[in-house]
Amino acid sequence: MLFSISWRNVWRNKIRSIVIITAIALGICAGVFSSAFYQGMADQRIDKAIKTELSHIQIHQPEYRQANDISKYIPDANSIAAKIRQFPEVHGVSNRITIFSMIASAETATGVKISGITPGDERLVSNLYSKLIEGNYFEENRRNPVLVGRKLAEKLKVRLGSKVVLTLQDVENNITAGAFRIVGIFNTQNNIYDESNVFVLDRDLRRLMNLPENTGHELAILVNDNENVPIVQNSIKADYSELEILSWTELSPEMNYLNEAMDLFMYIFIIIILLALLFGIINTMLMVVLERVKEIGMLMAIGMNKLRVFMMIVLETVFLSLTGGVLGVILGTLVSKHFETHKIDLSIWGDVYADLGYDPYVYTNLEISLLVNVTIMVILTGILASLYPAYKALKNDPADALRIE
Amino acid sequence: MSVIEINDLYKIYDGSHVEVRAVNGINLNIEEGEFTAIVGPSGSGKTTFLNLLGGLDRPTSGRVIVDGVNIWDLKSRKLIDFRLRNIGFVFQAYNLIPVLTAKENVEFIMQLQGKSKEERDKRTMDLLNQVGLGDRLNSRPSKLSGGQQQRVAVARALASKPKFILADEPTANLDSKSTETLLDIMEKLNKDEKTTFIFSTHDARVVKKARRVITIEDGQIIRDESR
Repeated sequence: MLFSISWRNVWRNKIRSIVIITAIALGICAGVFSSAFYQGMADQRIDKAIKTELSHIQIHQPEYRQANDISKYIPDANSIAAKIRQFPEVHGVSNRITIFSMIASAETATGVKISGITPGDERLVSNLYSKLIEGNYFEENRRNPVLVGRKLAEKLKVRLGSKVVLTLQDVENNITAGAFRIVGIFNTQNNIYDESNVFVLDRDLRRLMNLPENTGHELAILVNDNENVPIVQNSIKADYSELEILSWTELSPEMNYLNEAMDLFMYIFIIIILLALLFGIINTMLMVVLERVKEIGMLMAIGMNKLRVFMMIVLETVFLSLTGGVLGVILGTLVSKHFETHKIDLSIWGDVYADLGYDPYVYTNLEISLLVNVTIMVILTGILASLYPAYKALKNDPADALRIE
Repeated sequence: MSVIEINDLYKIYDGSHVEVRAVNGINLNIEEGEFTAIVGPSGSGKTTFLNLLGGLDRPTSGRVIVDGVNIWDLKSRKLIDFRLRNIGFVFQAYNLIPVLTAKENVEFIMQLQGKSKEERDKRTMDLLNQVGLGDRLNSRPSKLSGGQQQRVAVARALASKPKFILADEPTANLDSKSTETLLDIMEKLNKDEKTTFIFSTHDARVVKKARRVITIEDGQIIRDESR
């Protein structure tokens, strides 16, 4: 009956309860939506990092990454790739030749990372082909084709079909250069990436660099599920202990921290919302207790012990908070679910997000664990908010309370 | 047999300028089955006296012995439990729980006592029928008249099968017809359930019904008549 009394008490002063419930609901809705928004943003960033920039696992010669020494190639890269492709968890393996070099147009020149790829293999590892805004993905049989990013094209003041010159070192440390024609322009919405990466065919770069056949600098591997990355990584490590085999979290630790940082940030945000609501709830419940001094005194007089009186106020506060909290969670879920399939357009802020590597279009991602945690946090807030009002209720003296007219 | 034994009971309020002796040395025995009125002018100490008997207000000195136990020797928690099991209260302003129905209000006290649902249902129905509200079980107090609310309060006070019922001016807010109905019900319950009733009043109609009338003035008993 304590539950029943507490629940009915919530609705005694409907307007007052509705006001505080609305405040809680809106606060929680904002918290849930913001979390889903930032989670979506972080997930998209990580997804992009994996599918466009990093892949799940990369294999190099141990010294290659530190010194960018192009002579540290993997001698039998193609055969290793072929073996790894046999793993059931592996979606694709791409053998890349990579070199940091110069690209020059008639107007200007800049440093870039050149990747020499085999399009058929690369398609299974990177979704760059889907990011083309002009031209095609090495589909025409032309001599020395190159893909450049939109940002780089703007910087070099070049267009589709323009010629650019790649100047680089070959494996014998001789300077060499080749004229390439732009066959495609991509836009990954990550300006830094788009400005510093170009893609050419494996055969063209291999010839230019005098790199032996069957070799490569980087084996990029895409696994069918992020959860299988450690399994695949360990299997490869077991077979090729002499090579450096790194997962995306090791290649780009900041990406891994992004998730945790975002989580922490969101929980801090929700705690701030709840803290503000806490004082609103305390205020409401103090009014409730003050209004019911006589009634609480009567309950104590007829034999309701202090624990029950305390629990009655705690339950009433929790019910009040939880009603608002659950409404907020439902509302927040509805809004977040809507924006899981309808993009939120941030492009009105121009290139700000793309400059930071984030998509200007965000799709929310709502995690069930968040909803559970928020609900628990609301209950805890309710309990916390109830303590002082409940303590005040206990301070009532039945004889004094009953004298109140 | 005495239900309550009151020995040298004092309640003295120490004001900043003046000392008020609200209850000033009362000795009294209340026997089982009594239907007793405490009368006296306003401010004579009736309510304070009832509060001391009911374990609501701590006396300055003296003893209130119920069943061989001085209730004021009990610790606060034990005292609340003692009230729950031994004393029924009826207040001037009814003081029902507004969010509970008539039935739930009566049942509530038995639930606090930990009685089974079956026992609660049976006694609640029985009591509400006895006070003539068998057809208003599911009405909340706001839907009942003052007289009906006070009848529910009497049923509630009896629900716990207390040793005695303390009623502080139970008819003060009632019209004459409701007063008469309530008194008849109280009198009947006093006889049927053999519950001891002690009520304060300055209503002549109530006094007329009482079988013992104790008059208090300035915190002292000045007259004690049995009829």
